[in-house]
Amino acid sequence: MQRSNGCEERTINDNSAGRITRVEELAYELQISEVMTGDVEVVTPDLPMARVLELFRQARISGAPVVADDNLVGIVSIEDLIRSLTQGDLEAPVRDYMTTELITTRATDPVVEALKLFDRTQVGRLPVLDQNGKLTGIITKGDINHGLLKELQQDYQAEEIKRYRASHLFEDIASDRTSLILRYTIEPRNFTQGGMASSSIKRVLLRLGANPQIARRCGIAIYEAEMNLVIHATNGGVIQAEIEPHLISMEVIDDGPGIEDTELAMKPGYSTASEEVREMGFGAGMGLANIQRCVDEMSIKSAPNNGTRLEMKIFLQTDHQLEEERLRNDTPRDY
Amino acid sequence: MTLQEIIKQLDLTLLTEKKDFDQVIPSSGYASDLLSCVMAGAQKQGVWVTLQMHGNIVAVGALLELSAIIVTEGATPDEETIAKANEEGITLLTTNEPTYYVCGRLWEMGLRDIG
Repeated sequence: MQRSNGCEERTINDNSAGRITRVEELAYELQISEVMTGDVEVVTPDLPMARVLELFRQARISGAPVVADDNLVGIVSIEDLIRSLTQGDLEAPVRDYMTTELITTRATDPVVEALKLFDRTQVGRLPVLDQNGKLTGIITKGDINHGLLKELQQDYQAEEIKRYRASHLFEDIASDRTSLILRYTIEPRNFTQGGMASSSIKRVLLRLGANPQIARRCGIAIYEAEMNLVIHATNGGVIQAEIEPHLISMEVIDDGPGIEDTELAMKPGYSTASEEVREMGFGAGMGLANIQRCVDEMSIKSAPNNGTRLEMKIFLQTDHQLEEERLRNDTPRDY
Repeated sequence: MTLQEIIKQLDLTLLTEKKDFDQVIPSSGYASDLLSCVMAGAQKQGVWVTLQMHGNIVAVGALLELSAIIVTEGATPDEETIAKANEEGITLLTTNEPTYYVCGRLWEMGLRDIG
């Protein structure tokens, strides 16, 4: 590919990489050969401009590569055609009006290379060459838009299928008792990672088709338990969530230092968190109270210098069951 | 009231990716620097005003599906936090004004639902 001077390559570091959109990502992933027009109308240098006019009109195109002896020698566009028209010179051969300063691109380059060229030059189309330098296609901004949209559409469909499959997981698998178990290891004092398990469990539940309100309650309960492991547990701990069609059972286990008085620990406002942790906004003494508010059942087993085991249950009701219940009660409600 | 109007009137700085803020209508407001209180009190699609700026505010924002987090008194979250916020689709805004002022202005603008 030809490169003009002053070409500004965009470098990507770890920070900006996190902010790259899917479209930008695709521009790097997709090859030019995947979005270009392959079956190109070409002309020869000897062809009169009048025939070019005819070709453009019939094929509804606005430019064509000029090929002689299998080699790309120029490109002729509608602008060149207009020049020959205004000079009343339609019988002149293509070679008199074609552009010979060629800006080309390679079939195996990522689409982003073509985008850069469009950005830098004012050309509307780029001839695409194969590894032997022979013309293999032509690419316009329209081709790129079309290619990216098609790819995004496929992404979307793939996500829809995944979502559909996940939400029918329990129906598809027949057993006496089917459940899905998610396990997470939580590192002590790792505040950056804190919240990953809860976000992940919430996402899984939504993907499985759980009621958003239930997923939210579950997320909050797990978040508080997760942060307790980060803040208090000597060696961190383990979170295990078992999802069944009618129930989510969660266990949060660590091996110390244990809770002296679990009843006191449940009291809103009571906290043993360090000053340092409190400055970060943790240790409000609301964690266990929040958990209790979000789950249907909870129990804590703990002793000083021993581990803590927190068990929580959230019962799931399907939309169908909720509807039945509503009909049974037969009282008007706000939904 | 849209998030766009809030950003404009309070002259907030956007740290995360631009979104169609004209389409985002915050449900309510909540202010606290204690994360568990936010977990208990902030509503879905609400705006949270806080002094905290560490990465965990994004986890809270994502779990509660907040429409924006306004970090006050000129505190600036680090790059990692901003990257995480973009990943989770959480909007981070900052201002040099203190929390009390921001809440006062939001109230004045009519965001009076506290959930």
